[in-house]
Amino acid sequence: MAEPLIFDLSKDGCRGFTLPALDVPEVDPADHIPARFLREELPLPSMSELDVVRHFTRLSRLNHSVDIGFYPLGSCTMKYNPKVNENMARLPGFANLHPQQPEESVQGALQMLKTLEESLAEITGMDAITLQPAAGAHGELTGLLIMKAYHRKKGNHKTKIMIPDSGHGTNPASCSMVGYEVVNIKSDPRGGVDIEDLKSKLGPDIAGLMITNPNTLGLFDENIGELAHLVHSVDGLVYYDGANLNAIMGWTRPGDMGFDIVHLNLHKTFSTPHGGGGPGAGPVGVKKHLEAFLPNPRIQFDGKKYRLQTKCRESVGPVLGSLGNFLVLVRAFAYILVNGREGLKNVSAYAVLNANYMMQRLKKTFDLPYDRFCKHEFVLSGKGLARHGVKTLDVAKRLLDFGFHAPTVYFPMIVEESMMIEPTETESKGTLDCFCEAMEMIAREAAENPDNLKNAPTKTPVRRLDEATAARKPDINYFQKPE
Amino acid sequence: MANYIPTTPAEVQEMLGAIGVKTIDDLFAEIPPELRLQGDLNIPEGMSEPEMTRKLTRLSQSNETVDDKVCFLGGGAYDHIIPAAIDHLLLRGDFFTAYTPYQPEVSQGTLQCIYEFQSLICGLTGMDQANASMYEGATATVEAINMATAQTRRNRVLVLQTVNPEYRRVINSLNTPLGAEIVSVPFEDGVVDPAKVHEMLNNQVAAVVMQYPNFLGCIEDIEKIAEVAHEAGALAIVVANPIALGLLETPGKLGADIVCGEGQPLGIPLSFGGPYVGFLASKKALLRRMPGRIVGKTTDIDGKIGFVLTLQAREQHIRREKASSNICSNQALMALNATIYLSLMGREGIREVAGQCFQKAHYLKRELAKVDGVTFPFTGSFFHELVVKIPNARKVLGKMAKHGVFAGIPLDNWFANLKDCVLVAVTEKRSKDEIDNYCNLLGGFING
Repeated sequence: MAEPLIFDLSKDGCRGFTLPALDVPEVDPADHIPARFLREELPLPSMSELDVVRHFTRLSRLNHSVDIGFYPLGSCTMKYNPKVNENMARLPGFANLHPQQPEESVQGALQMLKTLEESLAEITGMDAITLQPAAGAHGELTGLLIMKAYHRKKGNHKTKIMIPDSGHGTNPASCSMVGYEVVNIKSDPRGGVDIEDLKSKLGPDIAGLMITNPNTLGLFDENIGELAHLVHSVDGLVYYDGANLNAIMGWTRPGDMGFDIVHLNLHKTFSTPHGGGGPGAGPVGVKKHLEAFLPNPRIQFDGKKYRLQTKCRESVGPVLGSLGNFLVLVRAFAYILVNGREGLKNVSAYAVLNANYMMQRLKKTFDLPYDRFCKHEFVLSGKGLARHGVKTLDVAKRLLDFGFHAPTVYFPMIVEESMMIEPTETESKGTLDCFCEAMEMIAREAAENPDNLKNAPTKTPVRRLDEATAARKPDINYFQKPE
Repeated sequence: MANYIPTTPAEVQEMLGAIGVKTIDDLFAEIPPELRLQGDLNIPEGMSEPEMTRKLTRLSQSNETVDDKVCFLGGGAYDHIIPAAIDHLLLRGDFFTAYTPYQPEVSQGTLQCIYEFQSLICGLTGMDQANASMYEGATATVEAINMATAQTRRNRVLVLQTVNPEYRRVINSLNTPLGAEIVSVPFEDGVVDPAKVHEMLNNQVAAVVMQYPNFLGCIEDIEKIAEVAHEAGALAIVVANPIALGLLETPGKLGADIVCGEGQPLGIPLSFGGPYVGFLASKKALLRRMPGRIVGKTTDIDGKIGFVLTLQAREQHIRREKASSNICSNQALMALNATIYLSLMGREGIREVAGQCFQKAHYLKRELAKVDGVTFPFTGSFFHELVVKIPNARKVLGKMAKHGVFAGIPLDNWFANLKDCVLVAVTEKRSKDEIDNYCNLLGGFING
């Protein structure tokens, strides 16, 4: 049976929480606020506390999650979220601070932020960090605003950004949000950037190159130094999409590869929980020559006190109403403290080991378009299953029946019927073996009994959903019946 | 030191053998030597869990919290009562260790919660549709403006000066690079005169952005302002406080086309500014302009009710540079926090929270009126926040803090003409004793 909606569980007269009784003399709101600004109806449910607890507990059980099982969603880095970090984010001295408190009352919080900035600068090889952006895409937007401010200051007339065809969808969308035009760069047969294609599109109108390394194929681009040099030669800036930092932490640094701007996804590499789609945090790092453009306020330490500096003339201005997703930053800070320098290097070592181990095994069963060592993830193609009338989507759905989350599918778009698999370092060999066995069994089923795949999933709380009707006749609000 | 890697040394050898290399280093061989990090990262050695816990606990204790003091700070984030049950539910790993519901068959929990969140936001605001949430209030407002400029194909945006000045800064950073021209509309007596808005409107204006109640606590005449905006073909964007909507008429009924705002008051801890949750809701005609995730109800192949991410043709992973926004996540866990809060409080509870906020703020005003030296620069209606003028305000605020009260936010941070004016918020969490103590202390410091 489906879980009812809160509105259907509502019973007039029920209360889920009791407030302390009002202890001040009452006045009539109608004497103080014009009647046209006072509402009559309030369409909220009325439920008891136990009904609320049961409702949301039952709903939670309909989710797959890292805590329940393997979640090899490529480019999302679904690693284990250490429980102690949840405790740290709930310390009253962090959770119960108002953003407008006097500076002297939040010195510990500012110290934490400043120290985190310094750690992230060291890990990425950059000179300065802002912790403001609330997510990776928000970090991209911030980084591109910095790029734009740089070119404006230098009087450069730049209109275009180069993005490899393997780039994340947010990259071009972020470019559009700051008014840059996107120039797509092809991939070469090894899966890296096609240097000749890049050279042919390079010109004075190029503001920069936006790239992730390793890229979304999980492959490290050895030519990154030359690519950066080429872009710099037209006074373009090189932007590092940090979605894949989990592959290289402690081994190489974007700053050393020639990147000018970096964004990180703390909810990926630094294990802050994904929360069903957020909150995340997307700090941005820059080299010295771009520091003045970072969003304000900046946190400064004068040897005695931490202060917020808001008067930075060249700053792109604040990009969020606060200093950042503070409690997400606390979790990431705790993660860095526990791992330390060796631990962080091990994170990438084991992430890469796990990915290569799975890739070597699965390439015997599925097409591997780029057969070289991968970093933290790899991309298979399900095109070989077409002869059985089976698609990658069917493989993904069948995996759900085995208790696994599916890989990222149909991305990157440059691989036909792609499946992007990222195991992360926190999965055991036993789990990887089980997943590989399931993939092999599904490949056999595809040949012997393809309907098992096409009808999948059958063991999940619901089966395949009618997305077409959902989009054609949107039912997105309980209070409005679709037309 | 502590680590979260389960692989044993023996397994490492076995795995390396299967790959056909000798060491893990071999897997990094393609990184050119000149790009390799020489030596270790310059960050400390790892710590054990108890060592880290001790360090962070000490650091956290060097802050003074809103529970160590008594908090009368507002300005967009408010110290409300938070039911204990919320955090127990948020700590279920099935919620917080899941990701965006890309595989709906195994994400019905997250999806249904978002559908409920969207519906609750529609109910509160009087709008036809809401998205799955935004980062927070300021960036939700930025996206609302993007919707309006795209819909009207105009680029000038009138933003009332009574809109949260932090939001206005973010709007300047994020909306202007796309060509929006932001014009601010001055206020008098704490509110903006609709006639002033009318004067500044023309056929270039995409939208008028107003706040309800406004940053100075006053109840802006959003109905009249929306009316004059519509006459000029502009959209009315209302930044609303969701708790105030327990008492105040919906922006929808008063003519808003888009309602956005900060969801923190809905049971989310103050958290030094985040994570919070933004909400964004609109009238039907703007559906295809909505950014971000939207969840829809549908059925599976057996006819069973279920939920999916829908209308994805608007989004970055499909449309790339033509998407309605670059946003790809939402603040699902914080939206869930708000959803649980609204479910627990319910219709009567939210009315009562709003009612107590109103009563206690008005009680504070009556008591402050008795304190020599205190004046009120604005005369209009307010909800739970008001501006108080105090001689030597900054000095007095400092003394109040030393005596255990965060007494308000000095407004000359943002408004040069509001020297000695302080923004004071009173929620249902403040007791009569705390309010009385506030007035006594203040009187003592002004006149002592």
